Amino acid sequence: MPVLLSLVVGTVFGAGLALSDMVNPARVLNFFDLAGSWDPTLAFVMGGALATTFVGYRLVFARGASLTGGSFNLPTAKQVDLPLVGGAALFGLGWGLAGFCPGPALAALVSLKPQVFLFVAATAAGMVATRAWRGR
Amino acid sequence: MTEFAPLHGLIGGALIGLAAVLLMLTLGRIAGVSTISFGLLAPADSANRPWRLAFLVGLPLGALLVTMFGLKDWSTLTFPASVPVTIVAGLLVGIGTTYGSGCTSGHGVCGLARLSPRSLVATITFVAVAAITVFIFRHLMQAP
Repeated sequence: MPVLLSLVVGTVFGAGLALSDMVNPARVLNFFDLAGSWDPTLAFVMGGALATTFVGYRLVFARGASLTGGSFNLPTAKQVDLPLVGGAALFGLGWGLAGFCPGPALAALVSLKPQVFLFVAATAAGMVATRAWRGR
Repeated sequence: MTEFAPLHGLIGGALIGLAAVLLMLTLGRIAGVSTISFGLLAPADSANRPWRLAFLVGLPLGALLVTMFGLKDWSTLTFPASVPVTIVAGLLVGIGTTYGSGCTSGHGVCGLARLSPRSLVATITFVAVAAITVFIFRHLMQAP
């Protein structure tokens, strides 16, 4: 049951990524290009997603437990440290270079463009290498 | 050049938000794509592998459904980065999201919705660095 639910939820997520065109690196890069061909669409994507999640999370958290019975798995880390800021900076650099972040890249596999597969493979390699480097 | 599309952005964004809410409601999990991917690649956590894989498979599946309903034209997808830059960017995204414990979905949507200070700092950092990167490459180095 969790697997089926997760598949449906992932499908809704992927549909949102495709409809909003966040799967298009050119659009994402244009959002960041304030001094050039600026396209504010991404702000509307983030705004729509954030508003929905902000309200929805409050309704869900008020229930006290998830539908499958368990408690909510929420991050417990509180401190703003170097791995957080440094990691976010490296991610921002990669995002600004290619115009892809992990979710849209996976959804864009549907385009069957070789560069999307290359990006996804490189992201997975980066994750595996980081885990190996940290020794866990 | 891309056409400003606020309505598609809002509707697509709302669907992304809906998915984030539904994953919390059903499984009690944060809908962070990089953290889910990292968890899937971790050999120690095999019990959580099925739902993680199912969620990630759903992403292209959802995009495929939208395409089948004629709502997505992939011919407009442009990939400005060269092959070597794509590889470097992918590696940086993999390394950065692992150290930084999340990406646009985990920090930028779920974390901000929880009013997490860590996610606020992470989101400001990756958006600012991405904008600076685009400025340097497009305007100072004249790349596409």
